[in-house]
Amino acid sequence: MTKPLLDVEDLRVRFHLRTGTVEAVRGVSFQLGRERLGIVGESGSGKSQTGRAILGLTPPPGEVTAQRLAFDGIDLLTASKRTLRELRGGRISMVMQDPKYSLNPVMTIGEQIIEAYRAHARKAGRGEARDRALAMLEAVKMRDPGRVFALYPHEVSGGMGQRAMIAMMLVTEPDLLIADEPTSALDVTVSMEVLRILDELVSERGMGLIFISHDLKLVSSFCDRVLVMYAGRVVEELQAKHLREAKHPYTQGLMSCLPTLANDVRPLPTLNRDPAWAQ
Amino acid sequence: MASETMTRSGGHDALRSFLKRTAQFLLVLATTLLGLIAVTFFIGRVVPIDPVIAIVGDRAPAHVYERAREELGLDLPLIQQFGIYVKKAVTGDFGNSVLTTNPVMTDIANVFPATLELATLGTIIGTLLGIPLGVLAAVKRGSLIDQLVRLLGLVGYSVPIFWLGLMSLLLFYAKLGWVGGPGRIDVTYSYLYTPVTGIVLLDTAMQGQWDAFWDAVSHIALPACLLGYFSLAYISRMTRSFMLNELAQEYVIAARVKGLSEMRVIWRHALRNAAVPLVTVIALSYANLLEGSVLTETVFAWPGLGQYITNSLQNADMNAVLGGTLVIGAVFVLLNLVSDLLYRLLDPRTR
Ligand SMILES: Nc1ncnc2c1ncn2[C@@H]1O[C@H](COP(=O)(O)OP(=O)(O)OP(=O)(O)O)[C@@H](O)[C@H]1O
Ligand SMILES: [Mg+2]
Repeated sequence: MTKPLLDVEDLRVRFHLRTGTVEAVRGVSFQLGRERLGIVGESGSGKSQTGRAILGLTPPPGEVTAQRLAFDGIDLLTASKRTLRELRGGRISMVMQDPKYSLNPVMTIGEQIIEAYRAHARKAGRGEARDRALAMLEAVKMRDPGRVFALYPHEVSGGMGQRAMIAMMLVTEPDLLIADEPTSALDVTVSMEVLRILDELVSERGMGLIFISHDLKLVSSFCDRVLVMYAGRVVEELQAKHLREAKHPYTQGLMSCLPTLANDVRPLPTLNRDPAWAQ
Repeated sequence: MASETMTRSGGHDALRSFLKRTAQFLLVLATTLLGLIAVTFFIGRVVPIDPVIAIVGDRAPAHVYERAREELGLDLPLIQQFGIYVKKAVTGDFGNSVLTTNPVMTDIANVFPATLELATLGTIIGTLLGIPLGVLAAVKRGSLIDQLVRLLGLVGYSVPIFWLGLMSLLLFYAKLGWVGGPGRIDVTYSYLYTPVTGIVLLDTAMQGQWDAFWDAVSHIALPACLLGYFSLAYISRMTRSFMLNELAQEYVIAARVKGLSEMRVIWRHALRNAAVPLVTVIALSYANLLEGSVLTETVFAWPGLGQYITNSLQNADMNAVLGGTLVIGAVFVLLNLVSDLLYRLLDPRTR
């Protein structure tokens, strides 16, 4: 096996609060090449905190420890701030949940993409950066890139906003993209369109992808491999196509909760949780 | 997808909306001023001060009193009086001040620049120091600088301004001699330049009278710092709270994900957003200083609007009081409109 792009071993994220210590992530390990890894789990299971820890963006009272946290051989835990900043946006990027909040409301979409590009291509002139931004807007299938370029985030729909976000995060051609519930804030039809675009770009550019979601079905259709998280731990790791072979009762529970058209189950099953899984 | 964008306007619409907004602006200005004129007029009729007695004295014989009353137009029906009052007010005629015997407008034109100069300098100091302090306090929440900003704010609220003014005069002027004393400029320099704008710093600088300029600086330094301090206390506290709010937003995380420097994230992304509500805060603080800080002006013998109005009030000089009130009202309206305009400029969502 070649050297993995991302190597995570025993990742822990703790928040030391006045009321005690919250362990958001409790020993997550995985390796990732230029492939698609899905992370599923219920709300609060630590999916987002795992992603943020990789980017070195754990919010203030949080503390990150790991046996190993390396990106392309670079130890992220001991890397200088400068190195981290060059990796962020340059080689590891993240698409966030809701474009309504994750785009700066007082800057045009074009400015925000240019800024992302120039943060890493410092020698690039404005003209070149502008061309790149426009090309990127085209790559995310904007109908009229020149016009969208000059719009403010509030002037575009949710689907367009999320495509602009993808354009902004991919303009530097990163090696790894973390997509943290990139379609949860969108309605179904728009969300399919955004996923198709994301799918295309990830394949085209041969990026590694971490796709975070609580939709097991979506993740298994989109990714090669799936991590199932529960209470800050990975309880199961599966090939997406072997989902049916899930052994852990939590994953099985999640699967039996998926509604199917063929056999309508009533009453809808509820998910049972065993405190022992969190041990 | 029904429509790709939700709003978009062409150049034609932009021009029309600009004209519409300008018309609205003028309408608001006109109605507000008219309302102010009406209010001052009726206040003038309701207060138990007889303007005739204020002029002829309370021992004048009846026929003298009557003639003065007619001359003032006070025998006319109220509505007609109001008409005359409005007509005069819009041309800037508020009658003469009893105290100084000058037209009220001339008096105000004399005292207002002093207040304007002081308030503007105070606001500049307060803004230039208050914003960075507030930003630092928010970024380093809970740190020493954060505590310091909160302490500054607390002191700003709880220490009486005249006490602080007197103490600072005592220390920096009387004891240390670092600054000029009360007044706007030393008498020796006051003949070296001709008042044009009434703003001493500007007049002396424009006429190249640098000795006079520096003397004026040494006089305004202390009161301007004092007002600047109170403005700073308010502005830094508000900046801190706006910044805390912005720093918790998702777009700040997105900016960090992009690999931007922390400087850029804070000053270009977060502060740029916090600037929107800050405009109103700064305008409000400026308006408060422009109203004429009576206590500061008194302590520093600063011949400004606050002192003028207070003097007029104490001497029942109604014309002067009403004229002054109207000027302050106009200043508020104007600043309000300016801050509204800036607000739109800074926040694309309001355009
Ligand atoms: N700033 C914080 N301070 C304290 N605890 C936090 C903080 N951020 C997250 N946590 C804790 O970390 C846990 C995991 O949070 P995380 O955001 O990773 O969940 P998630 O799996 O992404 O959930 P969701 O599906 O709702 O996004 C939460 O249960 C929360 O208690
Ligand atoms: Mg999350």
